This record gives sequence, structure tokens and C-alpha cells, in this order.
Amino acid sequence: MSQIIPSGTPRRVENAGFWRKTWAMLIKEFIQLKRDRVSLAMIAIIPLMQLLLFGYAINTTPRDLPTAVLLQESSDVGRSILAALDNTRYFKVTELPRTEAEFDRLLASGKVLFGIEIPANFERSLRRGDMPAMLVAADATDPMAAGSALSALNRLTQTALKHDYGISSSEPPAFEIRAHARYNPAAKTELNIVPGLVGTILTMTMLIFTALSVTREIERGTLENLLAMPITPIEIMLGKIIPYVIAGFVQATIIIGIGVFVFGVPLLGSIGMLALLTTLFVATNLSIGYTFSTVAQNQLQAMQMSVMFLLPNILLSGFMFPYAGMPRWAQYVGEVLPLTHYIRITRAIMLKGATISDLRYEAIALVSLMLIAMIVAVTRFRRTLD
Amino acid sequence: MSQAANQEVGAGPGGLGSDRDVVIDVQHLTKRFDGRAVVHDVSMQVRRGSIYGFLGPNGSGKTTTIRMLCGLLTPDEGTGTCLGYDIRTETDKIKRHVGYMTQKFSLYQDLSVRENLEFIGRLYGLERPRAAARAAIERLGLKGREEQLAGELSGGWKQRLALGACTLSGPQLLLLDEPTAGVDPKARREFWNEIHALAADGLTVLVSTHYMDEAERCHEIAYIAYGELLVRGTVDEVIAASNLTTYVVSARSGESISLLNQQLEHKAGVDMVAPFGTSLHVSGRDAAALEAAISPYRERGDLEWRRSEASLEDVFIDLMGRARDNFQ
Repeated sequence: MSQIIPSGTPRRVENAGFWRKTWAMLIKEFIQLKRDRVSLAMIAIIPLMQLLLFGYAINTTPRDLPTAVLLQESSDVGRSILAALDNTRYFKVTELPRTEAEFDRLLASGKVLFGIEIPANFERSLRRGDMPAMLVAADATDPMAAGSALSALNRLTQTALKHDYGISSSEPPAFEIRAHARYNPAAKTELNIVPGLVGTILTMTMLIFTALSVTREIERGTLENLLAMPITPIEIMLGKIIPYVIAGFVQATIIIGIGVFVFGVPLLGSIGMLALLTTLFVATNLSIGYTFSTVAQNQLQAMQMSVMFLLPNILLSGFMFPYAGMPRWAQYVGEVLPLTHYIRITRAIMLKGATISDLRYEAIALVSLMLIAMIVAVTRFRRTLD
Repeated sequence: MSQAANQEVGAGPGGLGSDRDVVIDVQHLTKRFDGRAVVHDVSMQVRRGSIYGFLGPNGSGKTTTIRMLCGLLTPDEGTGTCLGYDIRTETDKIKRHVGYMTQKFSLYQDLSVRENLEFIGRLYGLERPRAAARAAIERLGLKGREEQLAGELSGGWKQRLALGACTLSGPQLLLLDEPTAGVDPKARREFWNEIHALAADGLTVLVSTHYMDEAERCHEIAYIAYGELLVRGTVDEVIAASNLTTYVVSARSGESISLLNQQLEHKAGVDMVAPFGTSLHVSGRDAAALEAAISPYRERGDLEWRRSEASLEDVFIDLMGRARDNFQ
């Protein structure tokens, strides 16, 4: 007995108590952290990801902006300007439309950010010194992307002509560039930000709604009861997603309403189509959140996964920084993020009045992402407690 | 593996009636977690309409076995049927006809009593879930509390609600995992009256418990320790099969009992010593060896020795001790 209970009052170190207790706590936290692989990975991955994204992917002076060129005449000067554009790193001629209508459609769908039209008899007028006009239409829904390229255009085409035709720089410009900022002529940033913000806010809230849904059942012990009852994984998934589709729809209505009535963002396209595609986007994010929920071990992990997913959504979707300015690999990453497609949808419908045929690719992308997430969720869902 | 394992003291498979009367019939169930067998080679049969008690210490594999029976866990080895459905391949059908009450309260704390019951009614595809929930509330005496959140109910009411939830769909088999843990004696007694009433209606009940008085209210019991089913049969059969000789020693003071406890504990022939207030239960499997061991103490004037029947608790503690010797 005497060995177990020490004789006399146990000695207490009065002042060291605080540090001792802190130390005890610190050791405990370290042990727990060591066992929590996801948190450990987050410590390394988050700064790495941010560094890579901010350092390489984000570029406020965009390069290789997709450009459509409509040549109304086949002339040496036209071809020379085309080559000069391609040689600059600002523009990349990706489309050669034949008609005005096709030219407009390319801009409306967001396939190109610039459209350059060289009118008929351009070369003849140039040689005669009539100062012909070259039309440059810029998609100004994203003023940051359009601005720097537009200012560079004038200078660069002049240089190209000087090289080819020996026109000295002291001479007045031989032709006029008639720049036209489409969709957002005043280059108001809120017109760019608000449609993007709709999607960003929806992504944040929708992900969290469903990301916690299954882990919450695990942590509260209710999953055991649920699994013992005759219900299938698909039923559980849909039952958990659908209520939030309605919640997301209400949320979207509020944000878009504020955008239109408070910030004065136009809504040129069909409201019905915007509602339809918004619902699709909400469902896609809910499905992805639910997938996290089936993979995560607890609510904290589910939250961490959501943050990990949110970060590239904000940085690589074209919400914060011009999509066209990102390097190729970052654009590929952006393509598999639902927000990228939804931002194109909202900007196109609200600012350009785009129709469903302009946006079919984005709609298909959202449906595909949603189905992939759902298939992963249903196959990952554990039907037993094994 | 262990000589004590699977003592057949009750009706063996041959002693049971036709297959229709056997609700649970499993052979050699084994479940491992991280390579450690939590349940090892468990076989059992449960007859229709019987109350089958499932006893054993904490961590003995009771919950794991119950989960394998209702399809929540897949056995690593072994086969069997529950309600005639294969426990490996037909879990969907099993789930439709089994009511499972989990050890921990697992209904939604943030739903009301009524909402919980209606949810379950809909999941089982009841035609009129609202009416079924209302009837259950009436039956359980939860009237007046139907709009209360389940999380706000006291332990006894939670247990009643959980029982109501797992019987709502009219199951053929109830699996109750320690349903009376943390419930006061009066509520426990009412609960058991309810169980007997359900069994009288033809429902089969498998219930796990720690309490010996509850074990004695079962038609048949099985004792599991360290994942091995050690004994099964009726209470009388289990006690008779243990072959324990038990003496109860009474003393005037607790101190002399403690001293005697220490002295007898490691004596040859004494298999188990357990103090109960100012008396001591001394048991041995070999009657002659036990007599020899205690004879020096029988002469002492301050002690009063009395031969007694082994209690169920004595039997189980002895079984556990033997099982531990085999496993450690």
C-alpha cells in the first residue's frame, strides 16, 4: 500500500503550474496532430498550392488572349496584320469566322475575347492614304483582361507595318483602329465582379451544406440506425441534396437580385435560363460537397476538403483573375471546376444576353461534373460499418 | 482453441423444431478488426417467439455479433441466416423485417418525437406513416411529448422512444443492444414487461445486457467473452452445467472479509472469491479440492459458512476467469 500512495502531501510547483499544464496540452495536441493525417497534409499542401497559384497561375497582364479575325478581303496587309497579332504574345488568333453573325456569336459565347475585323478594300485604302479603319471589338466583361491588351494593340500593329512596309514611325499612322468595348463599355468592375460573386458565394455555402451531412450522421451516431433501415445510398444522397437545391436557389435569387437592383448589373438574357443553369450549378456543388462527406472521416476533415476545393475555385475560375491570362495547365484545372463554367454562364447571360446554344458546352460540363461527383459518392458510400 | 468454448448445455441444433421456427441460425461467425478477432467462431440458434439474452463483459463482441446479424457488418468467416435470409447476401431483406435498437441513442436529437417516428415510418414504406407514428406515441405513453425534441428527453423516455422506433414497422425480430443501460429500475422493469408482451405476440427478441436480473428474465441465454461464445442454454441449464460448488461466508466485520478474501484468492481448489458486503462467495469447480482449501477456516468462530447454490453471476465470473486464462 505504502508504495502506491506516497507518504506526506504531494509537492506542488506553484509557479511552474501554468507552463507544465501548457506543456502537457502542447504534447497532447502534437500527438493528436500526428495522428490526423489530413490536417498534417493540409499544413504542407495549402501554402504550396497558394504559392503555386499566386506565383504562376495568376497573371494580371494576360497573354495569348483568344482572338477571332474576320477578313473581309484577302490581302497581303491583312495577312501581315494577322501574323503580327500572332507574333505578339497578347493575342492568339484562334478563330477565322466568315460572316459578321459568326463573329458576333464567338464573342457572345465567350470563345474569344477579341474580334478583329479588317474591312473590304482595306489594303487599297491604306495605299491611297485614306486612313481606313480596322474594327477591334473587345469583350469588356472582364475589364482587366481587355484593358492591357487593347492599349498594346495600337502600338504593336504600327510596329508590324513599319517592319513590312518601311513606314517610319515619325509619320502619322496609316490607318485607324476603331476599338469598341462590347458588353461593358464603361469598364465598370462591378459588372464583372457581381456575376462572378454569385457563383463564388453559392460554391462556398453549398459545399458546406452537404460536406457535413454524412460525417454529422457518423459523429452523432445516427448513421448506424440509418444503415440498419431499408434505405439505399442513392436515396440517402438525393434526400440530402434536394432540400439544399431549394436553399441554393433562394440564395441565388437574393444575390442576383441585389446585383441587378443595387449594383445595376444588367440582365440581358433570359431569366428562366439563368434560373435553370443556376439550379444545375447549385446541384453540382451540392454533389461535390456530398462526395467529400462520404470520403471524410469526420466533420473537420470534410471542412478541410471543402476549403481545399474552394481555393482553386476562387483563384482559377476567372473570378479574381482573367482566365485567359492563366498558363495552359491552370486553364485545364479551371475547366474541371464548376465555378469556371458558371461564371461564364452568368457573365454571358447577364451582360451579353447569350442563349442556351451559346452556352451548351458549359451546361454539359456542369452536368458531367455533377454526375461524376454523384457516382463517386454512391460508390464510396459505406453501406456497412466495416 | 478453448476447452470452455461452446459448451452445449441447452438444446443443440438437433433439439430445435423445424427450420420455420428458427429465426437466427448462424455458424462459426468470425469478425476481425485490424487482424484481431473481436468475434471468434460464434454459432447460435434462436427460436421464434423467444427472448434470447446475450450476455458478456464490455468489449466481448456482443455489439459486433448483433451488427453482423442485421447486416451492418460483414463476417470475415462463417455463414448463417436471419429470418431465413442469408446474412451475407440478403441484408436488404433482413433490414426490412428487423428492428434494431442501438446501444447509443441513435435517433435524431434535433427532430421531435413525432418527426422521428414519421421519418422511420416513411423509410419502411408504411402506407400511413403519420397514423403509425400517432399510434406508437399512444402505445408508448409519449402523448403530450410528441412535439418535444428527442434530444431533450430523459434517459428513460429516450429508451421508450427508441423501442417505439424499432417496433414501428412491425418487424419479426428485434435486436436490442443493451437497451436498459443507464435507465432507472422502474423504467427497466416496465421495459421488460413490454418485451415479454411483444414476445407473447410472436416477436423474437435478442437482447444484450450486463444485468443478471435481466438475464434471468430471458427464455434462453448465451454468454460471450473475448469474442468466444462460452455457454448457452436456459438459466438453470447454464448454472447446472457450471458444476460450481459455492459457499457463502459471513463475518461480523468487512475487515475480516477483506483479509479472508486475500488469503483464499490464490489457494488451490478455490476458483473464484467475490465479496458481497460482509459476506464472501467462495466457489470451486472441484468440490473436494474446495473443501480441502477452506477447511482450516471453517473452524474459526467469527465466520459463518453456508453451502449455497451458485448464482448466475458466480457462473459468469468463473467463465470469464477461465476464458481469460485461455487467452492470456
